[in-house]
Amino acid sequence: MPDSAQIRVHPVTGTIMRQGVPAVLNPYDLFALEEALQIKDRLGGRIVALCMGPPQAEAALRKALSLGVDDAVLVSDRAFAGSDTLATSFALASAIRQVGQEQPVDLVFTGKQTIDGDTGQVGPGVAKRLGMQLLSYVCRIPILDMDSQSIVVHRWTERGGQVLQSKLPCLITVLEGTSEGRFASLPEMIRATRQPIRVWNRQAAGIEDLTKIGLKGSPTVVGKVFAPSRRAERAECIEWEQDQAGKAVSLLWEKIRARQPELVEKLSGTNGGENGQERVSE
Amino acid sequence: MSESGGKPAERKGAARRKAALDPRLAEYRGVWVFVERDEQGVHPVSWELLGAARELADQLGTEVGAVVAGGAEESLESHCRDAVAYGADRVYQTVHPVLAGYRNEPYAKLLCELVKKHKPEILLLGATSLGRDLASSVATTLETGLTADCTELAIDRESRALAATRPTFGGNLLCTILTLNYRPQMATVRPRVLPQPKKDHGRSGQIQKEEIDLSEEEMVTKLLEFLPHAGGDRLDLSLAEVIVAGGKGLQRAANFSLLEELARALGGEVGATRAAVQAGWVDAQRQIGQTGKTVRPKLYIAAGISGAIQHRVGMESSDLIVAINTDPNAPIFEVAHYGIVGDALILLPLLTRTVRGQAVAAKTIGLEVYSSS
Ligand SMILES: Cc1cc2nc3c(=O)[nH]c(=O)nc-3n(C[C@H](O)[C@H](O)[C@H](O)COP(=O)(O)OP(=O)(O)OC[C@H]3O[C@@H](n4cnc5c(N)ncnc54)[C@H](O)[C@@H]3O)c2cc1C
Ligand SMILES: Nc1ncnc2c1ncn2[C@@H]1O[C@H](COP(=O)(O)O)[C@@H](O)[C@H]1O
Repeated sequence: MPDSAQIRVHPVTGTIMRQGVPAVLNPYDLFALEEALQIKDRLGGRIVALCMGPPQAEAALRKALSLGVDDAVLVSDRAFAGSDTLATSFALASAIRQVGQEQPVDLVFTGKQTIDGDTGQVGPGVAKRLGMQLLSYVCRIPILDMDSQSIVVHRWTERGGQVLQSKLPCLITVLEGTSEGRFASLPEMIRATRQPIRVWNRQAAGIEDLTKIGLKGSPTVVGKVFAPSRRAERAECIEWEQDQAGKAVSLLWEKIRARQPELVEKLSGTNGGENGQERVSE
Repeated sequence: MSESGGKPAERKGAARRKAALDPRLAEYRGVWVFVERDEQGVHPVSWELLGAARELADQLGTEVGAVVAGGAEESLESHCRDAVAYGADRVYQTVHPVLAGYRNEPYAKLLCELVKKHKPEILLLGATSLGRDLASSVATTLETGLTADCTELAIDRESRALAATRPTFGGNLLCTILTLNYRPQMATVRPRVLPQPKKDHGRSGQIQKEEIDLSEEEMVTKLLEFLPHAGGDRLDLSLAEVIVAGGKGLQRAANFSLLEELARALGGEVGATRAAVQAGWVDAQRQIGQTGKTVRPKLYIAAGISGAIQHRVGMESSDLIVAINTDPNAPIFEVAHYGIVGDALILLPLLTRTVRGQAVAAKTIGLEVYSSS
């Protein structure tokens, strides 16, 4: 049995923060949080939820607390305004190092991506900055052994799963749909509303170099924002009478065939035999 | 881009754009593509990127580089030649046993070293599980700008910078992002967003061997095993030629079988909206759109799908789009080529029968009759 007191689990939970937009916990981060909570259920340890964003982001952290997180830190400073993913990962990595001063950090969890920032860049960036092993798109953690500091994960790829073995500390980005989320219990919800959330400005987060954060620390700049152009013409709609559905569908299929004649060729090769019985009389 | 704390205003971007490029950065030349491959082959997104890289390089008057790396697989040589055929002028070929099977650490090291040595101005990767993992690490190590999941790549005339356009604000707007004072300028692009270029075996290019110092002992993360997805080589939705997709309008999980039957008759695959996925009617792997897959089939049939922008960005470059919807004002009719206003639960089975009849007829009568009609 591992000595549970030694285990420190530390999920980074975060969400896109824009002024005026109510802060909700990024749904992808709920999966990350659940993964961390399951490890805590199994092996004990402490979970610190960390979020960089404006003061409203407290709501997301309260939610994390109600689900069983031990401690929550909001990293918030005007100097972070305009941060792109590179600057965000710098600030978060710095804050995680601060947490590490209080207690060693064995694992950092992030979501696969944020719901509307949607880049999936922050987690891997934090890993690089902290020099941690990066395990991205993880869908299962079959082995975690604190004594030997070793971990085995299944990493999702388009073609199949990679089984990777690594050493702590590492940063895991969690694939969505890995496990059912949990609901907060009433006592936990009450505790969550009472528990103070620590707010760190950039100094508290250990950031001295102002050129690494905010606009200055962001290599990417927004050139322009515009609405996607619409195609000029609308669809050509097949007109049909109530009881003439069959005819309308035949007409539609004629049109499809005329536009994509090679489809018909393929069909006769692949499907003809299988559906030989289903001849439709016309 | 993380939009933490609000975005810089447009004026800021323009102001920075005027500043002359640091001479150190001007040394960076060439448009590179990281070729994603394994023993089974090259991910098509790499060829799509080479097509885009070719156009960008021609505009910049520079060359296209392709990075091809792996263990000692036999296929590697032919992948290098393919890279040339798809548009590369120069292929940087690295073979090392540690590079057999993707792992972040050795690949990030390789790519960072190659970039530092040869200084490309642009570096493109596929927005796949591999490309995103690798691109983020490399961009962080090199401390440069990376724009994820782009839908369009161009050159900004004023600054000669890469103008990388991606959906933002939940897909309702597009945003063009520039990396002005850092090199290389990095971007990932999703599979099937860009057209696949023609393969030209007559093209010539140079294949250049690059050494790397790696040792397995130093690798902290070990690749123990690879477990192919259940169901063998299940077709990847983004490569399907025909997709029959359904949404909330299908009303019940059971009705998804109507899509399956039509898809089978057409030799295609079933896709879905996020609403259908969230209702638990279909597997999340089938979701098409901003937070799902981007597809570009020859035929896309959308049944009971309203056509929200987040869905459209994933399918609007399909060759032929057909929409079935009870609401004549549904936005899906703005992107569809053909539409039919009506109940999908009635029309889908009819269409399946028509298609099957077609298949039988084509087989028994012979194709000539049909192709000449
Ligand atoms: C950040 C973000 C990311 C998102 N990402 C995605 C994404 O990747 N993919 C995605 O699809 N969505 C995505 N969405 C959700 C998207 O905004 C829409 O909510 C969703 O696409 C709607 O799905 P739908 O068309 O199935 O449902 P609805 O919008 O409810 O449309 C149902 C349609 O069915 C029609 N209908 C009803 N009955 C019938 C019938 N019997 N026969 C025929 N038609 C019928 C109705 O007229 C209606 O047009 C995202 C949203 C956000 C905010
Ligand atoms: N401001 C932030 N604070 C805390 N975590 C964040 C923040 N931004 C991103 N993350 C984490 O990084 C993941 C990927 O984010 P992104 O790169 O923006 O798609 C998210 O799922 C979060 O877990």
